[in-house]
Amino acid sequence: MIGRKAVEVWVGVFVAAGILALGVLAFRVGNLTSADVVNGYHIEARFDNVGSLKVKSPVTIAGVRVGRVSEIRFDPDTYQALVEMNIDGRYKNLPTDTGASILTSGLLGEQYIELEPGGADTYLKDGSRIKVTQSAMVLEKLIGRVLTMFIDKPPEKK
Amino acid sequence: MNVLRVLGGIVVHGIERLGRGTMFLYEVVAGSWVLVPRFYLVIQQVFAVGVLTLLIILVSGLFVGLVLGLQGYNTLIKFGAEDSLGLLVALSLVRELGPVVTALLFAGRAGSALTAEIGLMKATEQLAGMEMMAVNPLTRVIAPRFIAGVIAMPLLAAMFSAIGVMGGQMVGVGLLGVDSGAFWSQMQNGVDFHEDILNGVVKSFVFGIVISGIAVFEGYDAVPTSEGVASATNRTVVYSSLAVLGLDFIMTALMFGGI
Repeated sequence: MIGRKAVEVWVGVFVAAGILALGVLAFRVGNLTSADVVNGYHIEARFDNVGSLKVKSPVTIAGVRVGRVSEIRFDPDTYQALVEMNIDGRYKNLPTDTGASILTSGLLGEQYIELEPGGADTYLKDGSRIKVTQSAMVLEKLIGRVLTMFIDKPPEKK
Repeated sequence: MNVLRVLGGIVVHGIERLGRGTMFLYEVVAGSWVLVPRFYLVIQQVFAVGVLTLLIILVSGLFVGLVLGLQGYNTLIKFGAEDSLGLLVALSLVRELGPVVTALLFAGRAGSALTAEIGLMKATEQLAGMEMMAVNPLTRVIAPRFIAGVIAMPLLAAMFSAIGVMGGQMVGVGLLGVDSGAFWSQMQNGVDFHEDILNGVVKSFVFGIVISGIAVFEGYDAVPTSEGVASATNRTVVYSSLAVLGLDFIMTALMFGGI
């Protein structure tokens, strides 16, 4: 029979390994570390179509993630989608004429919002609205447009 | 008429056992405060049900991860989405395979041992002997085993998932050439701490309660003969496996199904 001290050591190792495994799952596999929008401020934008944009989708500038989408709702007055973004407090100096467009990473990948800073001297504040927006590209509409283009003007035969 | 009577008898017997089991577990948990100054009894049982189960859990976790990596890659490559391999492996393990496979192995390895041990104690009248000495076997023998099972199960499931992800990474990144950065970043973007990991832990915790409860009750309730202990051990494995699979469906529907 194994001694009392050895049992205690083994159980200690076992519990420590279990907690370590949970830690690995939380920090390496999960996204506990990347909930990192600190001192965020909210800006909003209207889009004609948000495509498959979701809450928590990334908001990027020049490809770098600066915040996340915090809310998407339908505005019944303008028949547009109202998207609220939570931007990291470190990036306070976004000009008021910044544009927002919904892009897709890869051909069929996740959708995200890309902000394009303009040249104005005043900066966006908490609750400001972005005026220049470009909606999501919907693949079906795009294909439809290409098809009608071909029907209007059939490609010449060689 | 006789058929109906047999059917009714089976149902009444089943409900009666369920009721007795629940009251038994209540007594075990309610009396377990006496273990506070005797915590060594629990540690000893964690060693028996946890540490000694560790090897089979780690080996199975590694191989499940390796196979998930291979199978997932072969499916995802058809859609050109092999970068999502890490996400696929991690989600399958953390949400489903980690808790469920660990629970099935735990029922086979530790649950059956608990039942056999307690059943044999009963058959050799050790439990009756304790009662003669005014020692309550429920708190001295049953409670430490039950609590140890509940403690060990979530830890084992977490280790299973963690080593499974390592296995998936070995096959995906090491063998099949998936980009290591894409593997981990897709995984971290897609796996949510509360939604996925904590729900997996909750699942494994519930499985721990169910398996340990069934195991100690079947042992305590066994007919005190060699056949009785054998069939009690058998019932532990069958009932706890069925309970794990059924509860898994219900919990998955509640947690992820949006019902």
